[in-house]
Amino acid sequence: MSAKEIVVKDRRTPLKTARGLGSSQSGVGHWWTQRVTAAALVLLVVWFVLTVLCLLHADYATAHATVARPWNALLLIAFVLTMFWHAVLGLQVVIEDYVVTRWRQVVLLVAIKFLAVLGALACVLAVLRIALTP
Amino acid sequence: MADTQRPLSPHLQVYKWQVQMLTSILHRVTGVALAVGSLVLIGGLLHLAAGEDSFNHFREIAGSPIGMLLLFGWSWALFYHLWNGVRHLLQDAGSGYAIPQFIRSSWLSIIGSIVLTVLVWAYVLMAGGAA
Repeated sequence: MSAKEIVVKDRRTPLKTARGLGSSQSGVGHWWTQRVTAAALVLLVVWFVLTVLCLLHADYATAHATVARPWNALLLIAFVLTMFWHAVLGLQVVIEDYVVTRWRQVVLLVAIKFLAVLGALACVLAVLRIALTP
Repeated sequence: MADTQRPLSPHLQVYKWQVQMLTSILHRVTGVALAVGSLVLIGGLLHLAAGEDSFNHFREIAGSPIGMLLLFGWSWALFYHLWNGVRHLLQDAGSGYAIPQFIRSSWLSIIGSIVLTVLVWAYVLMAGGAA
């Protein structure tokens, strides 16, 4: 087999093919995580909306007791973490599509990650405080 | 605009309007809106954690006309993103790609989100307001 034939067949090294990460260096990781978090959110959003509707006109004690219930606290934390994760992945694509200047793009991409982590931590801390306060 | 002098692909204004354009654009717009709207969730949880006076203050804001209007918009954005998200997941699984199906499912997302929003708010208003 001549060298020319090999080049025509595949320009990638065997290692590159085995890793399967493509030109973006991250493969389908972003795409797949977006779908997995989306599937989880379908269930979590339905639960969240029903829970909020049950809390219409609830006073402080009822709302507090509802969030403090173990299953509710657990699902609420799961919802918040999944939601912020999904939001960062989605906002990332929007920023990459519309913000053309590279330094602005990088600043925004880092900023949404900082804000999402802060938001998620604030929510988790609040739920824990509610759940652990007698 | 781009810094480079490359030729640009045709943009929105040259295409004939189609419902699939609308569902795609709305999915992005509602996604960004919901990300901003997560502030409501953060606010609600922090106020609930901070005690009774704080929670009552949050309820007052949520139940005010402007609060209800924002919640109404937020709920529609959520239901639209939910319906259309399920539609996208089904398409990612490989179904519904024929153009007639694609158009029909676009309308289903839009109409489904409006129906769900109306049902939820009918329930809220029958129960006497949002807070």
